[in-house]
Amino acid sequence: MTDKERFVPDEGMAPASTAVPGAAQLEELHNPPRSQWLNVWHQFKSHRGALMGGALFLFIILAVYLGPFVWDIEATKIDIRARNQGPSWAHPLGTDQLGRDMLARMMAGGATSVSVGLTAMLLALGLGSLLGVLAGFFKKLDGPLMRLTDLFLALPLLPLLLVMMLLFREPLNAAFGPEQGIFILIVVSIGVTSWMPTARIVRGDVLALKEREFVMAARSIGTTNSGLITRHILPNVLSPIMVSATLGIATAIITESSLSFLGLGFPPDFPTWGRLLFDATDYLQQYPERVFWPGLAISLTVLSVNYLGDGLRDALDPRIRGR
Amino acid sequence: MLTFTIRRLILAVPTLLFISLVIFLLLELAPGDPMAQVPLTVPPEVKEKMREALGLGQPMHIRFWKWLVQFFWIEPQVMIDHYLGTSFSAGDLRVISWQTRSPVMDIVIQRMPQTLWVVGTAYVVAILIALPIGIYSAYRQYSWFDQLGTFVSMVGFSVPPFFSGVLVIVIFSVQLGWFPSIYDTTHVVDSWDSFVYQLKQMIMPVMVLALQITAQLSRFMRASMLDNLNQDYVRTARAKGLSEYIVVMVHVLRNSMIPVVTVIALGIPSIFGGAIITEQVFKVNGIGQLLIGAIQANDLPMVQTLTFIFAVLIVLFNLIADVLYGILDPRIRYD
Repeated sequence: MTDKERFVPDEGMAPASTAVPGAAQLEELHNPPRSQWLNVWHQFKSHRGALMGGALFLFIILAVYLGPFVWDIEATKIDIRARNQGPSWAHPLGTDQLGRDMLARMMAGGATSVSVGLTAMLLALGLGSLLGVLAGFFKKLDGPLMRLTDLFLALPLLPLLLVMMLLFREPLNAAFGPEQGIFILIVVSIGVTSWMPTARIVRGDVLALKEREFVMAARSIGTTNSGLITRHILPNVLSPIMVSATLGIATAIITESSLSFLGLGFPPDFPTWGRLLFDATDYLQQYPERVFWPGLAISLTVLSVNYLGDGLRDALDPRIRGR
Repeated sequence: MLTFTIRRLILAVPTLLFISLVIFLLLELAPGDPMAQVPLTVPPEVKEKMREALGLGQPMHIRFWKWLVQFFWIEPQVMIDHYLGTSFSAGDLRVISWQTRSPVMDIVIQRMPQTLWVVGTAYVVAILIALPIGIYSAYRQYSWFDQLGTFVSMVGFSVPPFFSGVLVIVIFSVQLGWFPSIYDTTHVVDSWDSFVYQLKQMIMPVMVLALQITAQLSRFMRASMLDNLNQDYVRTARAKGLSEYIVVMVHVLRNSMIPVVTVIALGIPSIFGGAIITEQVFKVNGIGQLLIGAIQANDLPMVQTLTFIFAVLIVLFNLIADVLYGILDPRIRYD
């Protein structure tokens, strides 16, 4: 028996004046302590929109990545005799002007769009968290890094993205092939232009955390800076990072679709949702439903991710959790 | 307050210089040859001369300096000349577009009114819709109106303008035939009928742009109202026996407008960026479409100038937001 346990007063020694614990309290005593993530999940479950958003996002991810195994028509297979068809059992979403199956194209396009969203988000998140932690933790770096963030925030992002697409498309295509090249270009340019909000939020949180007692305690027992950051700071700024991750996916998907829609994204034979929408606007009068499906897919994905982020924000905030 | 403003103004100068450098370097370091379109039969020495005629012969820092001089020194002189009839800028070389061989700023001035009309109207409409929605949703938090407002603004966030734009074209021009799908910028308003036509062609682009701004602003207004509604001074005002209307619309609203006003100012430049897509959808020939056209035609001086104009807008409105915040909230000024 350690010292600490010996000093804990026995249940029976409590003075008679204390209130009898209520049923709820008793139950709490009997239940084993729940982990933090179980708590988070319980709070998350109570947010109906977030739960639906999460389920929908999961469904979309499964559909675009696993769907092609079930619906195994090639997205690029041209069947000119079956062009411009309406919905049928052979082609549930119809076919386009070259007779390509729209469902297969939607899934292939979704796989690209969602991959771009996820990868660009990871890149932006990595950059943002790195700069945010560095700026918050090391006083010397704070000034320069935050000025840099301000400067990046003052850049006109959409025009710059368009310019980058114009200038770096050819060399990257030559180096990595037309599909890989443009993928890398889009992911990198979205990543390096959207890390600023994350960096600001993380820096603010790190600044507050740095002054807390547990960090001081860790420092006093000789934890190195890198140990402090990885063991004590990073786990505590995880929740703002996760929330900005969800928002990052949404903005990355929208940005990629906008670029494709402006004709400066992926090449025409390489479907993404934005590209499908762009191609369909030429046939707007005759076949408006072709515009509808990719647009709906983009909107639903972004909507689900936004609701997911909303729920996560509530679930990860210990002040709201448990109420 | 004056020193506060001046300090902010001085800070804006290096920011603008940095941004112009970034844009310049981006265009400069990018591989790609402006002479790529010239036929192969043109001999190399002629090509070299053409390159020099475009001003590409000199080293990088000299060209950057020249561009700065042209943009910040010569172009303002041209503007003064234009308005006052003087001739400061006679003989000076201006930023020339490679596409049209005419000064870039002249084309920008031609295109600006269309963008300003559509974007400006959309912004005003959005503010007029968003503020009452935000106020009422906060006042009746978690009512069905608030829930509906949350949902609509989530949808407004999520539906990209190139989808909502195309969708309203399908519904209102293709199916119903109410509004024209293409914005006619040559249309002159001189009678009641032409005014009605102008109104009709503006409704769709304005509403598409306004939906997005409304979504953001109404959420922000709601959050700001909620922050203030539970403050002590509100209880005091109620305890004094002021009417509920005065409490909410005067005491709470004025205090919650402080952050909202700055958000409105900060949102203006991003709306120009968003207008690029809306202009493309509705074929408005504003500066957004000018930029897209210049990018597709590889017209680097035009791209550089337009991108920089967008940057100037951002920095300018950041400055305005800062100063407004300082005016509205005295606590900000004195730190």
